[in-house]
Amino acid sequence: MEKISLTGQLIQYIFTGITVGSIYAMVALGFNIIYNVTEIINFAQGEFVMLGGLIMVFFSAFLKLPLPLAFLLTVAVVTGVGALMERFTINPLKNATVLTMIIVTIAVSILLKGIAMFVWGKDPYIIPPFSGSEPIVILGAAIQTQTLWVLLMTAVVVVLLSLFFKKTRYGKAMLACADDPDAARLVGIKVNTMVLISFALSAAIGAVAGAIITPISLMEYDRGALLGLKGFGASVLGGLGSFYGAVVAGILLGIIESLCAGLISSGYKDAVALLLLLLVLYVRPSGLFGNVEAGKIKEF
Amino acid sequence: MLTLKSVHTFYGNIHALKGVSLHVNQGEIVTLIGANGAGKTTVLKTISGLTPAKRGSVAFEGRDITRMAAEEIVRSGISHVPEGRKVFGTLSLRDNIEMGGFIRGNKREVRADMLHFREKFPILADRWHQMAGTLSGGEQQVLAITRALMARPKLLILDEPSMGLAPLLVMETFKIIKTLREEGTTILLIEQNARAALHIADRGYVLETGKIVLQGKCQMLLEHEEVKRAYLGKGYREVWED
Repeated sequence: MEKISLTGQLIQYIFTGITVGSIYAMVALGFNIIYNVTEIINFAQGEFVMLGGLIMVFFSAFLKLPLPLAFLLTVAVVTGVGALMERFTINPLKNATVLTMIIVTIAVSILLKGIAMFVWGKDPYIIPPFSGSEPIVILGAAIQTQTLWVLLMTAVVVVLLSLFFKKTRYGKAMLACADDPDAARLVGIKVNTMVLISFALSAAIGAVAGAIITPISLMEYDRGALLGLKGFGASVLGGLGSFYGAVVAGILLGIIESLCAGLISSGYKDAVALLLLLLVLYVRPSGLFGNVEAGKIKEF
Repeated sequence: MLTLKSVHTFYGNIHALKGVSLHVNQGEIVTLIGANGAGKTTVLKTISGLTPAKRGSVAFEGRDITRMAAEEIVRSGISHVPEGRKVFGTLSLRDNIEMGGFIRGNKREVRADMLHFREKFPILADRWHQMAGTLSGGEQQVLAITRALMARPKLLILDEPSMGLAPLLVMETFKIIKTLREEGTTILLIEQNARAALHIADRGYVLETGKIVLQGKCQMLLEHEEVKRAYLGKGYREVWED
């Protein structure tokens, strides 16, 4: 058997890291969108990823729908879940504090996890990669084709999101809400609607992440919490609310985690994100790209 | 045009407005003067729906808007330039101005108006793509007024437009207000600078601890002994204690 060179190994780890990191980045983006509009940390963000994966399994493996259709339906369903969550748990809470609403999102995450266990059981599911299962060899490292799909979809999500926030009326209105909700209301922006859109949008991004990662890492009912935590770590590392920061920090976190798993021990893999999270909160609470001034003003 | 009838507004348990009645006629500039904490800002917030009245009524063009949400009230034709300007700091000037026209359906008209303001206020044009948070106070004030005008309001309400501005900019701001009136916008204005406000306005109200204590033509108010003493800094009697 041919021995894999060290560089090959390193490249392998880094690619794995970028793949997982892209997922963290997308979770972090979801956190940031909702945080920016409402200052809520939505702890059900990881469950959106879990649901995305399992619903994708349902549509593509169980109903055997063609891949693109299954993917679009998955995103649509999870977006609906996000919207319903906002309408039934966040919207009715008039005058609630941010902390109350954060606790509500934890409740929703437990609920979603329970429902998923009920529907899909406790076993992990897998679906075949989107295109061909033959890995591509780059510089001695074997890269799964699904990795390329993950990278592509992450790029698409990031580009679409920045277009949405920079170019569209509703995207700008959401940013305006984040800047100053009262001033936004005074120009006629319905803050309620923007909050609804933020939840739907975050859910959609979570669904994309879940659907594309399932062929690589499987999906089961209780994966949401850990994914959510890692995504939250990335979001804090990048600076809460910063989209650019979320992407860089997510991928960075993925790479560090993968290198740690490969070079030290995979047992400590999950501790890396938590350690980083603690370290960032201790050393630089505003994150790598966060605005220090803004960080002081915000409640959390 | 706008009528408030014995309006009571609360902040939590604080009774901020205790039966305020006032009206603004079409084409007028009306000013509301009073000390800090008298409730001037609350009056404006009650009109624009940010802190709705508990009791009493607010009517605009014959329609009851007392319980209407802020985002609906701006659609009925009232634009509020809030205290401290509150521009959208992370958006560019251009986007701030665009957001001002959020409620308008006709995109082409909105764009035409944006160009119009860009030409009208050169200080905006120079920083068109800059983040609004980086502007100076005076520039932010012009931006906030422009944003409010983008909604094509029938009534513009201004909360302390001169606050924190250099004297030259204060004059500039008042000049803008004058031109707006000449163009047919009705204005309700709050000012710390009572003298300037009374000189520009047609009528005035004096607010003290949540109540209107005096009202009338500005000329009359400018000559009123109490107003002179309390708000215009004239006629202080020196008191000697032995």
